Amino acid sequence: MTRSIFLSLVFHTAMIVLTALSLPLMMKTPIDLPPIISVELIEISDITNIPFAPKARETLEKIKKEEERVVSEQAPPAKIKKEKPDRIPLPEDLNKEKKKLVKKKQNPEEIKKQIRQVSEFEKKELFDPNQIAALIDKSKKESADTLKKNQKLTQSNVKTSFVSGLTLSEEDALKAQIFGCWSLPLGLPYQENLLVRIKLRLQPDGTILKSEILDHARMNKPGQGFYRVLAESALRAVRICQPLRVPPAGYDRWKDLQLNFNANEMLKG
Amino acid sequence: MKKLLLFIFYFFLFANPTSAFIEVDITRGNLDPLPIAISPFYVEPGSKDIQQDGKIIQNIGEEISKIIEVNFKRSGLFNPLKKDAFVQNPDIAHAKPRFEDWKLIKAQALVTGKVTVSEDKIRTEFRLWDVVAAKEMIALAFSTTPNNWRRVAHIISDKVYQRLTGEEGYFDTRIIYVSETGEKTQRFKKLAIMDQDGANVKYLTLGNELVLTPRFSPKNQLVTYLSYFRNLPRVYLLDIETGVQEVVGDFAGMTFAPRFSPDGKKIIMSFAQDGNSDIYTMNLTTRVVEKITEHSAIDTSPSYSPDGKYICFNSDRSGLQQIYVMRSDGSNMKRITFGKGLYGTPVWSPRGDLIAFTKVYNNRFYIGVMRPDGSGERLLTENFYQEAPSWSPNGRVLIFYRETKSDSQGKGFSAKLWSIDLTGYNERMIETETDGSDPSWSSLLSK
Repeated sequence: MTRSIFLSLVFHTAMIVLTALSLPLMMKTPIDLPPIISVELIEISDITNIPFAPKARETLEKIKKEEERVVSEQAPPAKIKKEKPDRIPLPEDLNKEKKKLVKKKQNPEEIKKQIRQVSEFEKKELFDPNQIAALIDKSKKESADTLKKNQKLTQSNVKTSFVSGLTLSEEDALKAQIFGCWSLPLGLPYQENLLVRIKLRLQPDGTILKSEILDHARMNKPGQGFYRVLAESALRAVRICQPLRVPPAGYDRWKDLQLNFNANEMLKG
Repeated sequence: MKKLLLFIFYFFLFANPTSAFIEVDITRGNLDPLPIAISPFYVEPGSKDIQQDGKIIQNIGEEISKIIEVNFKRSGLFNPLKKDAFVQNPDIAHAKPRFEDWKLIKAQALVTGKVTVSEDKIRTEFRLWDVVAAKEMIALAFSTTPNNWRRVAHIISDKVYQRLTGEEGYFDTRIIYVSETGEKTQRFKKLAIMDQDGANVKYLTLGNELVLTPRFSPKNQLVTYLSYFRNLPRVYLLDIETGVQEVVGDFAGMTFAPRFSPDGKKIIMSFAQDGNSDIYTMNLTTRVVEKITEHSAIDTSPSYSPDGKYICFNSDRSGLQQIYVMRSDGSNMKRITFGKGLYGTPVWSPRGDLIAFTKVYNNRFYIGVMRPDGSGERLLTENFYQEAPSWSPNGRVLIFYRETKSDSQGKGFSAKLWSIDLTGYNERMIETETDGSDPSWSSLLSK
């Protein structure tokens, strides 16, 4: 009895492993598109959408609390704050945080205001000398890391800085590139939630291996036709932009990338 | 054994640990118009020529693509690319475009098509391609009489616009306006109707009576307008399809500023007697008249919200002309404008989210929009004299008229129709044969 259960388990495991390994291989072969399509094809990646196990979330929250205690007065924003690896940003959150940051590009006065507000915003943020070091010279990253450990930061904190992946300058380079590629559809209803989340699996050269719209169910809902248009524009932006400007090294850090396209900021006011 | 099972269970639970991925927020994009290539439509060999107004239209496929191109350019949302750069022949592009070639000229979308003209029929087929994703987005074919070819081009524009912007188009529509000729002191005013791009102008009245404020019904091809009869302004109804016109009611005083209710069953207007004007509605089937406002001030320019539940109008009950909103039965009245200057001619957007108005401040005229609660006032355009905004059926574009300054003899005077979209950046004059004023936009001719 035990033997048969054991054998059955072994064979089932083998089957599942084989399927899991062979499926992605099959997906790589290009599909010849039929001449007339009215349905968007979406590839479903084999990685789930859950960013962290609940335990990890707890740890992260602890770390955040610890970090808040080390607040200083005159610093650039901490990159940890910018990326929220532990949760998916709600549109309201994004609005609250960035309302003042992004305004129409046509108005030079607004831009001045924006710069001022950024600096005010920065004051409240965490000061981390190591990150400045990292920004100025990537080669100093290692020594910065050592310093960090000396400054009685916990081990999990180091892990967070690894999780957050891109340095500010790397993130800014990527953002700037995509800003240029994204043509916003102008007819969007600005009072609706206009957040499109796209998950990407990249190749080492920055080209896109897989792309997936996370809320694709919303695209076919009645009355949400604009969302489909918006999602398509975001996907188009990513495709036009490729190869994406990713750091030359550390492929494992950024091979999975989630881009949150939020049009609300642009269209308001 | 239990341990082994547990191990296998945990193995599968954590075998594929979610790799930590980076999130990057993209909160900016460019608002540049979308680059679109509109390939000339391929005309099938053996197709007949189309004759219109005594002229033979040489290459119908090219003409159709030109109309689409002009529509898109005017919309301000698209940037139609120059045809000189197109490398693929229209027939091959329509069958299966080489997306790499179109990508090279920076096109993000491509429209291709095919036209077949027989004795009494024109069949037009089009495809919209997403160049970047290398796939087809929409494909449709239309059959109609050859004289309707311009409308086919407008309908195709609407379909492409809808697929790329997510909202209804406004190209297959007409505009009714007052055509003006003659000196400023002695103007002849005729009712005229044209396609939204200024083509196919037709005059509906002779010009012997003064006509003012024509307004389209949002439901059908009925028009209500004001004309003078024995020196008294009166509200008329005109059926564009049959040409039948009638006077709405027979009142002792002046009736003016007529407009349809959203269901097209009622007319809302002002009625003036002894120097006091109030707002009335008239049911077009029963001809029952109902008084909506009762005040010694001048209440005029009423306009329904698209759900028919509210009415906005302007009134000088506070001393200066301002905009008010009330329920359709006249209750719950609220003043919504408190800014400097005078506010008039409020028009509720077909989308319901905005009210367009004319504002006069410091002797300058502004066309602006605000939310129905009076918040978010945005002035879109400023000029010496301009007024009477009218919404496109999708609530994205406003059409209005603008007059130029004249000298004491009335020289240098002109009145032209202009359109502006909600961004305020895309302002364009609509070419008309004569001067024009008081435009009103129809609903979509085909849905």
